Amino acid sequence: MFLLAAEEAAAHSWLYDNVWLIPALPAAAFVLILFFGKRLPNKGAEIGIAAIVTAFILAVLTTFTWIGDIADSGAHSEEAHSLVVDGGEAIPVDLTAEEGEVRGAPIINEVEWFGIGTDANRATLGTEANGHGEPAGGEGDTHADSDGHAEKSAFSISIGTWVDGQSVMMLFVVTFISLLVHIYSTDYVNGDRRYTHYFAFLSLFTASMLFMVLSSSTLQLIVGWELVGVCSFALIGHWWEDQANSDAALKAFLTNRVGDIGLLIGMTILYFAADQSFSIKTINEMAVAGDISKGTLQIAALCLMAAVMSKSGQFILHTWLPDAMAGPTPVSALIHAATMVVAGVYMIGRLYPVFFVGFGIAGGSINVMAFIGGLTCVGGGLLAFVQRDIKKVLAYSTVSQLGYMVLALGMGAYTAGMFHLFTHAFFKACLFLGAGSVSHACHHSFDMKADMGGLRKYMPTTFATFMIGTAALAGIPPLAGFWSKDEILVGAGVWPGTEGNGTYTIPFIFGMITAAMTAAYMTRAVWLTFFGDYRGHEEPHESGPRITVPLVILASMAVVVGFFNMPSGFVKALRLPEGWAHKFEDWVEPAGVATFVSKEANKFTHAKPSLSLAVVATALAVGAGFLVWNYYKRLYAMDPKATEYTNGMASRIPPLAAGHRVLENKYYLDHLYTGVIAGGTKGPLARAANWTNQNILDGLVNAVGSTSVVAGRFIYRFIDQGVVDGTVNASGSTASRLGQLLRGMQSGQVRQYATLMFGAATVLVAVFIFAV
Amino acid sequence: MDFLNSWGLTAMVFAPLVGAVVMMLIPERDEELHKMVALVASVVSFIIGALLLTNFDYGASGTMQFGVDRSWIDVINARYSIGLDGMSLPLIALTLLVTPLVIIYSWNHIPSPGNAKAFLMLILVLHTGMLGTFVARDLVLFFVFFEVVLLPMYFMIGVWGGEDRLYASIKFFLYTLFGSAFMLVSFLALYWLTGSETFNMVELAAQVQAEGLTRNQQALLFGGMFLGFGIKVPMFPFHTWLPDAHTQAPTQGSVILAAVLLKLGTYGFVRIALPILPEGAVVWAPWIGLLAVIGIIYGALGCLAQTDMKRLIAFSSVAHMGYVMLGIATLTDFGINAAIFGMVAHGLITGMLFFIAGSVKERYHTLEIKRLGGLLIQAPRMGWILGITSMASLGLPGLAGFWGEFPAILAAYNPNAGLNTTLFRVYMVVAAIGTVLAAAYLLWLLQRTAFGEPSEEFADDPNIHDTVFTEWVAWVPMLILIIVLGFVPGLIFDVTNEPVSLIGDVFENMSSDSALGTGG
Repeated sequence: MFLLAAEEAAAHSWLYDNVWLIPALPAAAFVLILFFGKRLPNKGAEIGIAAIVTAFILAVLTTFTWIGDIADSGAHSEEAHSLVVDGGEAIPVDLTAEEGEVRGAPIINEVEWFGIGTDANRATLGTEANGHGEPAGGEGDTHADSDGHAEKSAFSISIGTWVDGQSVMMLFVVTFISLLVHIYSTDYVNGDRRYTHYFAFLSLFTASMLFMVLSSSTLQLIVGWELVGVCSFALIGHWWEDQANSDAALKAFLTNRVGDIGLLIGMTILYFAADQSFSIKTINEMAVAGDISKGTLQIAALCLMAAVMSKSGQFILHTWLPDAMAGPTPVSALIHAATMVVAGVYMIGRLYPVFFVGFGIAGGSINVMAFIGGLTCVGGGLLAFVQRDIKKVLAYSTVSQLGYMVLALGMGAYTAGMFHLFTHAFFKACLFLGAGSVSHACHHSFDMKADMGGLRKYMPTTFATFMIGTAALAGIPPLAGFWSKDEILVGAGVWPGTEGNGTYTIPFIFGMITAAMTAAYMTRAVWLTFFGDYRGHEEPHESGPRITVPLVILASMAVVVGFFNMPSGFVKALRLPEGWAHKFEDWVEPAGVATFVSKEANKFTHAKPSLSLAVVATALAVGAGFLVWNYYKRLYAMDPKATEYTNGMASRIPPLAAGHRVLENKYYLDHLYTGVIAGGTKGPLARAANWTNQNILDGLVNAVGSTSVVAGRFIYRFIDQGVVDGTVNASGSTASRLGQLLRGMQSGQVRQYATLMFGAATVLVAVFIFAV
Repeated sequence: MDFLNSWGLTAMVFAPLVGAVVMMLIPERDEELHKMVALVASVVSFIIGALLLTNFDYGASGTMQFGVDRSWIDVINARYSIGLDGMSLPLIALTLLVTPLVIIYSWNHIPSPGNAKAFLMLILVLHTGMLGTFVARDLVLFFVFFEVVLLPMYFMIGVWGGEDRLYASIKFFLYTLFGSAFMLVSFLALYWLTGSETFNMVELAAQVQAEGLTRNQQALLFGGMFLGFGIKVPMFPFHTWLPDAHTQAPTQGSVILAAVLLKLGTYGFVRIALPILPEGAVVWAPWIGLLAVIGIIYGALGCLAQTDMKRLIAFSSVAHMGYVMLGIATLTDFGINAAIFGMVAHGLITGMLFFIAGSVKERYHTLEIKRLGGLLIQAPRMGWILGITSMASLGLPGLAGFWGEFPAILAAYNPNAGLNTTLFRVYMVVAAIGTVLAAAYLLWLLQRTAFGEPSEEFADDPNIHDTVFTEWVAWVPMLILIIVLGFVPGLIFDVTNEPVSLIGDVFENMSSDSALGTGG
């Protein structure tokens, strides 16, 4: 049986072993486009598309292989846990797993990247056991093995690929969306002055994102993390002639750098806590086995949360994301909705045991992650109500939905969070590309109030796909968003009969509010864009096929992807084949989560779906949408061109007016960051440092210099001149020549100082030798 | 092979000097010939160096190779003792690469008031001095080479520099000399105190161990070296000579200064101060760490306040060398490896930045940031190069700068056993905050110079053109290295790791000894 399984694995292993090709292809495309792109008939776009098509095919093959392997291992799962191919050998994996439970354990292929440091852990354990020095990661380190004088060898740091459900899912999402965005862009940025550069950076971004997704070590993760950041910087600032765009790019990069402080420190803590290892596998295993103290994990998790906050647009580091809409719209769809911004969510999933144990998610009722996620989904949703710019609505909606994902992970609903990441990628990309199509029609404006309205008549395809995307986002059954949102709400474990990892009441309330809000602000956006009368000038037109075809594909995905994770109760009720239930969970939820986190204190449990909760949440969403719909319908009846009531509640009732003002000013966070913090650093603080430098530190140096000159003159005038005058008075010519010589030295100053220095040095030598 | 073993290093070090002597015999007006001779001399040195590097036994990078040990000044037992190991190798390689590139760049960039002969001769003398410092194994020899570097740089700034050149050159010269004096005192004191009557670094280290110099003695001696090396690095608060020297120096001077000269200081720490005076290092490390992180923040703030591109880059050196010093101050393998990587990375990156600044100045006749802009429109390739180099400088992973920065931050989390962990963790956080500021000033510089539309005054200036041939030749090797080292950091780490772990051993043995001492 074992051999059979191994052979099967070998047959599949080509894809697993060569999965590095998936990021390598777009990376190669980047270089080729950069050097040869401009000379090609399609200005380099063809290279990018060829690479991403190939990468997509490989990703799809990998996905199917993975799904097949899961099915096989489900069939005879007792062999599965010895099936992990690591450098060609089958080795047993996951010591913490119970027999027969491991399905979909990660397949890791690593090569040495470089060696640095020595096995100081071994060599210094002897001293640490003596109670001298600080153990690296707290208590975990003192279980020393006795050979304290083992031969030292360089730590080898590996680079490699990590294939499991989570990474395969991301490979699929990234290559899929990236491919569609490539095709869409050939029309959308057609004729742009930096068309070639645009495609080069799309390729580089795709490569970096895939590189990060496949990381097997935290160090590799950091590298990928920053590389996607720099691509984001370059693409936000694509039209850098305009300072507003380059400002937005700088803001994105700098805000992310702030979060990166947490990333660097968090990974450092984990490195030492895991006995000096960057390996994600080692870190996760040790976190689960209790080899790393909970306190250490908690601090590391808090640091990493800072990185999640910046990269995944969580409050209060989300402010760069709406500004990032300054970039071309396809970029917003790919980077700032579907892929890069979920990197934080992805990282939480990758190191889930660290967060799960560190935040004590099992049996909890609130924690930092769930709270930040909850705050973000409500705070972002509220801001989406006051935007005029359709892309900004979608941007804040993305912030809000990312909050949903983090909220889910914070409540222990791992699969729900990942599933929402998955479904969101499709419908949000659909919405963004739809917004781009609309703007294409409306002469490159994104202003819903001034230039849109009534577009449904002019661009039916865009309208239809946008509506599907909206319904999916709002969580209307049976579209994709409904399934994933429902799972998150279930995961809170608050609703009767859902169980789950704890009782997350406050996050649950946040989640319910957001469910209603999402439907409401999207209804507003849809009304302002597609309903009422057209308020712009000139006749709008439907976009070409290179724009509409991707829209249709994404809209279809927004319809179907939700069915990948139907609850088994639902499947049974509809008398569907039993195998159709929770497929996503089977495929994606790695053995990592199901069994890694299975210790008594950190038991990972799945919540049970609830029909009543689904009905209530849907009713909330539909109700909220209906209210907004009525609001605009009445407004339309009053004045077909109006976009808001001239004397609405927000202007009549003072508290509402104040709230509105706070929202208009985005909670004043930008004032704080740009005005107070950045301005303060660049202004007074930097100026003070420079002043200190010029006047105090340098002043001191100059004072020493001029004092030496004075001292030199003194010596020259009273000692030297005196001596010369007194003794060689007779020879006038000699004296004057000597004087000239000395003056020459003085004007050169250098030699004089040098003499002084070495004189001082001689004295000091004496002091050292005789005094020490 | 025999020649390489016994004469290789010497030939490599002195080939440039021979070139300078040859140039002395050539009349001044033969500019082309001078350039040719200078290039040939530096390339000969490079080729010999390349041969040495290919014959180097990388499996034993911890041992001295191609060593020579001859009597030199018998009176004081100073010997001509040189050798190459994994710690000096990356810096030798950097020096060997940068100098020919600088000479190539000089082909059509001789700064005013001209005189290619004298200018290039100075570069060659500098070259010999820098190479010599990295191969010297004898303290007196080291000191001589260390000081040989001063004079050519002094003249380069003083004669070919900007408006304030006299002030800057004198300040540079005196300040560094001031530090050297203290360093020399420490060297001499070592000679007498150990009673070993030798200046050989390895023997001294062994002798200090055997003689058991007290902690106080070691600390005092370390203090002297600290001044000498620390001023050269330069560490806060001894850095004020640097912005002036860099700003006033001609482009070539700035590049060499940034790429190699500053490393003489940090190299001195890891080559001399740490192995010979480990106890002194433990005493000083917290203070060095403190000054290093102050330098990181302070240098970055200084950058943000600058209005001149070149001065901004100069200040960034203070911040970057702060990471190098923080790595050294942890007294761990990881930190010291990071420091050496940081030296090479900073050399390449900041060297590049100064090259670009020089070329911008040549085209715009100003480096005032608010007057610049739109470089990507007027000279797109140069704008790109500035972009990549800025990204490398702010420590972007995938480019060389990251590997000097992150491992240093990481090492500070868990410094050597004799050091206060909490203190160094605070340093770690401060250093990590520094990475944000680094991004801030570099991106701000990039935005103001490369992005946007060109300002009216330069919009139609025919003088502004894209990168020319000599610039490409000089820059491409450095850019390639910046990228390659970013993805294959092992190129340096694998070479430095072994010699560095030998230093690490000194500290580990020391801490276990003292642990046994206090325990028993």
